[in-house]
Amino acid sequence: MPLAPGTSHTSDFAGRSWSEAWTEGRDTPEAGSRWKRGLGVGSMQGDSGAFLREITHALLRSPGDCIPPSMVAPPSPPPPPPDPQFVLRGARSAVHALHFCGGAQGQGHPLLLSGSLHGLVHIWSLQTRRVLATLDGHAGKCVTWLQTLPPGPQLLSQGRDLRVHVWDLAEGRNAIVDSVCLESVGFCRGSVLACGPQRWMLAMPGKGGDEVQILEMPSKTSVCSLKPEAEARPGMPMCLQLWQLVTVAIRIPVLIPVPVLIPVPNPVLIPNPTPEPVLADSSPLPLLLAGYEDGSVALWDVSARKVCSRVACHEEPVMGLDFDSQKARGVSGSAEKALAVWSLDEQRALQVHGTHQLTNPGVADVRIRPDHRLLATAGWDHRIRVFHWRTMKPLAVLAFHSAAVHCLAFATDGLLAAGSGDQRISVWSLYPRM
Amino acid sequence: MVDLDFSRAFTVNSRMDPVLSTVRLTVREAVHTLSSSEDGGCIFSTLGSLKRYLGETENPALPEEQEEFARIHFSTFLRCLVGKLSPDWLELLPDGQLEELWASFFLEGPADQAFLVLMEAIEGAASKVVGLPDHLGNRLQRENLAGFFPQNYFPLLGEELLQALHVVVESLRGGLDCSVSFLSQVLGKACVHGRQKELLGVLVPRLTALTQGSCLWQRVCWRLVERVPDRAMEAVLTGLVEAASGPEVLSWLLGNLVMKSKKAQFVMTQKLLFLQYRYTTPVLRSLLGYLAMDSQRRPLLIQALKELLETWGSSSAIRRAPLAQQHYISKAILVCLAHLGEAELQDCRDELLASLMAGVQSHLDSSLPAVRRLGMIVAEVASAQIHPEGPPLRFQYEEDELTRELLALATPQPAADSPSEAGPPVAPVTAETTNEEMVSSGGPQAQPEGSDSELDSDDEFVPYDMSGDTELRSSKAPVYVRDCVEALTTSENWERWEATLRALEGLIFRSPAATQEVSVELAKVLLHLEEKTGVAGFEALRQRALVAVTVTDPVRVAEYLTTQFYALNYSLRQRMDILDVLTLAAQELSRPGRRQKPPQRGPPGPGPQPGSPATPAWQAVVEERIRSKTRRVSKGSAGQGPAADPNKFNSVAGYFFFPLIQLFDRPLVTFDLLGDDQLVLGRLVHTLGALMYLSVNTMVAVPMGKALLEFVWALRFHGDIYVRQGLLSAVSSVLLSVPAERLLADLPDELLEAQSWLADVAQKDPDEDCRTLAIKALLLLEKLRDKLLPPPPP
Repeated sequence: MPLAPGTSHTSDFAGRSWSEAWTEGRDTPEAGSRWKRGLGVGSMQGDSGAFLREITHALLRSPGDCIPPSMVAPPSPPPPPPDPQFVLRGARSAVHALHFCGGAQGQGHPLLLSGSLHGLVHIWSLQTRRVLATLDGHAGKCVTWLQTLPPGPQLLSQGRDLRVHVWDLAEGRNAIVDSVCLESVGFCRGSVLACGPQRWMLAMPGKGGDEVQILEMPSKTSVCSLKPEAEARPGMPMCLQLWQLVTVAIRIPVLIPVPVLIPVPNPVLIPNPTPEPVLADSSPLPLLLAGYEDGSVALWDVSARKVCSRVACHEEPVMGLDFDSQKARGVSGSAEKALAVWSLDEQRALQVHGTHQLTNPGVADVRIRPDHRLLATAGWDHRIRVFHWRTMKPLAVLAFHSAAVHCLAFATDGLLAAGSGDQRISVWSLYPRM
Repeated sequence: MVDLDFSRAFTVNSRMDPVLSTVRLTVREAVHTLSSSEDGGCIFSTLGSLKRYLGETENPALPEEQEEFARIHFSTFLRCLVGKLSPDWLELLPDGQLEELWASFFLEGPADQAFLVLMEAIEGAASKVVGLPDHLGNRLQRENLAGFFPQNYFPLLGEELLQALHVVVESLRGGLDCSVSFLSQVLGKACVHGRQKELLGVLVPRLTALTQGSCLWQRVCWRLVERVPDRAMEAVLTGLVEAASGPEVLSWLLGNLVMKSKKAQFVMTQKLLFLQYRYTTPVLRSLLGYLAMDSQRRPLLIQALKELLETWGSSSAIRRAPLAQQHYISKAILVCLAHLGEAELQDCRDELLASLMAGVQSHLDSSLPAVRRLGMIVAEVASAQIHPEGPPLRFQYEEDELTRELLALATPQPAADSPSEAGPPVAPVTAETTNEEMVSSGGPQAQPEGSDSELDSDDEFVPYDMSGDTELRSSKAPVYVRDCVEALTTSENWERWEATLRALEGLIFRSPAATQEVSVELAKVLLHLEEKTGVAGFEALRQRALVAVTVTDPVRVAEYLTTQFYALNYSLRQRMDILDVLTLAAQELSRPGRRQKPPQRGPPGPGPQPGSPATPAWQAVVEERIRSKTRRVSKGSAGQGPAADPNKFNSVAGYFFFPLIQLFDRPLVTFDLLGDDQLVLGRLVHTLGALMYLSVNTMVAVPMGKALLEFVWALRFHGDIYVRQGLLSAVSSVLLSVPAERLLADLPDELLEAQSWLADVAQKDPDEDCRTLAIKALLLLEKLRDKLLPPPPP
């Protein structure tokens, strides 16, 4: 299918999106006009009407009732909830995966990729707000995860047809260059970690229902399979996140060597500060956070193939998690009415920090903004909730969608996209970065 | 007085033998000399001549003359002497000769008569002391001195009384006997004159300090109050109880007075508790605390509690006593209970429980919410005290200042260290702290991370309005009114049931035509609807839906509802719901301008409508922009007033009103408006009044007014306060709604009758609200008369 905007037959939907978004979030002026109250009947007879009005009002209360004291209005009412910046329509089925992509080579404009229930991947231009291309590679099965890879415009897409495809999108191509077979049919999304200029690590749900498989790409060689201990019985993995801890081993001659773990924000960019006196494996330590069906979150040491720590965060399956390696703090959402915030201490032990109660149960996805200041959650109750990540103070409840919100994505510039079962993708600009 | 006695003596003696009349003549002359003469020598010789009759002189009078003088003339003469006593008079002769002679008459004459005359004189002196400001005020009019104004004089008198008491105490210390009778009399007289505040305001604080540490002072005080004459006892005691700062002080000042003086006991245990109710809570506390402080007085407290509970529980008292008095008695009961221990209550438990139970019953029967609440509070506290082992009684009532005050009384107050500290209790500042907690508990507090200095600016993130974040209801409400009937009657899907209830009002207003097809059916379903699941605001939702149906199809639904009001097998609650719905619907129908703007009461039903801000900000912006760009030729009310509109209630008011007023006096098996169900009667009367008021400017107002006045006339002596209040407001609404000319033309007799009744109520009704309402109605009547009858030509 050609990529040129405007020629695609899907663009007529996208073209309307802006104006519809503009009117959709609001009441029409007629409906919103103020309602005037008053019992004034034509000609009230002087002052004596006032006390009769009192009588009538007193009567309208039942004798046992008291009028509750009126709420004291806060000095300045909070601003009304914001509207989406724009809305993308045309996915034609529920949106289950979203991913922002820095933009094609040479073009400065970022792209948004969305995966739909019916197996299509749409590539949206955020400039024209139209579909640039549609990729159909999952045989009509739901696309659950999208991820671009750093070298060149390569795209990973995971579908429920038990495939993970690698797409080459460079120079207008849209061809599958490689694919990996999955062994689990769940909704668990994969995770990637770049290990080198042309190597990356891919974590996917593995066979047996409770395993996580680690592959090295692009060679597709299996690194290992992480199988929980038999007695732990955590159930299926529900969400995965690979990340990496740079181990800086400082060898001090006199003292006993103690490896000190320092979380580094961007491990790839930081060269190993001590190139010569190193421990046996000085390479960054790949770690995997996995949320399980029984509501626990486990931290795996991938190279040692063992669980470092596991903590029960929820009563219900964990539906999504995100981790802030800068603060060594993460958050997870589940099918229940609470978010759990947990942290990782220096002994790589997970601890639950606290929970935050929500109004309605069910969190499909949680995302921390790349600047680590905001947290967004996708709710089954059709609402997106935004929190201040450091304090977990609720900041906004975005009630735009009319079906469960399935996925969220933050762009590097702070733009938030949410995909929902109502086939729409809403794009929000909240608290723009200063 | 002297002359009168003298003439009587004359008439008595006129038929005696002439010897004795010489005595009479001598005395008469002497009295004349004494009262008129200023000459010391003359007076001296006159007195000397009379001294003969007392004997013991060198030249005594005849024995029969002496006897005659002592029998008849002595007291008259002594009174005359007392009347002359003044410093000037005594100094008419030097060296106190006159004083000596004056005193000798008292000392040497018959002692009984001398004593009586002296007592009279003392009493007269006390009256003089107390009445001085009045006398001076009367005499000097505007030239009176500031020192003799009562507010200045009585504090001074208090100081002097205190000085005298000091002297008494000193002499008692010195072993001398003293009498405080005169002081008691002065105290009593001043209090009877109504000067308790001025006098005791000075006396009590000083006496408090003095009696606190000294038994002698206490005994002097006790004696002082004991000697107060009975007729002044009440005034003194009420003044003392009010002025004393606590029960201890009363105990120091009064001792066991209530045990010694019947009058004092009556005042303290009857008059202050049952016959008066103007005293504040601290006064009540000191009074009952005083009774509780001594083991001898405690039986009085128990007796008082019994009587209080009996009065509290008597249904006739509940019906007739003013609310303030009922409140006062309830407070007294709670204070008593706080003082009495379990053991003491145990002895008379059955008796107390019996009165309590009867009282709770009568209180809960009352149609006034305040009375019901008093009953609940007292019953809760009292049953917990009297019957602690039983299950605690709990009522549901709303907390307010009054209930808090009452409940605070039930807990015994810790004894203050010194009476000066027993001031008004400082209200605990709870409201603010809870608010703060609520704010801070907004979410789990992350550990403070001081090192994240770059993140401090995050606090500038201003939260958006999150009030729309309510629980999501998955079930879809029906889209057509007809489906709602089915959805509300089937019970398997409660989510749909609830969603239907929430959506119903909006649906009815959106599709009036469809509603009219099923209006009566829908009203029937709604009227019989019961709360199955704990739906928040069920009552309000149901009521609003019923009102909406009634407004949409007023004739048929009002007919249905009014017949159901008098039908069998409805609960009182349902009948009152009918009344409320009719009133609200009538109000809605008569509201001007309702066509253009359908009402949007209450929170909008939750639903997936995207981001519905309560007040669209853009609208304000647009309106502001239009206003700034529009040039107005004339500045007036800017079109704010509602547009003129016919009263929609006009054509249907009769359907609401007449069926309700017709059948009130026909009792059913389960429903007797004129009997037990007076609460519903009260609501009915109020509803009729409101309907009358709402049908202003309608054609039917005149017959309605006539019917309503007749109805009021039939019920005017109803015993229930709530009913009477309704009747009075109904009269007012007749006066307001029926055009004045028609009132005078069609209902003159009714008006006259109503006027005399109103005047009677305004004066005699025990309930304050009733009196106020009657006065307001009278004023309306007055206004009408002024409007119709032109003022008489000057």
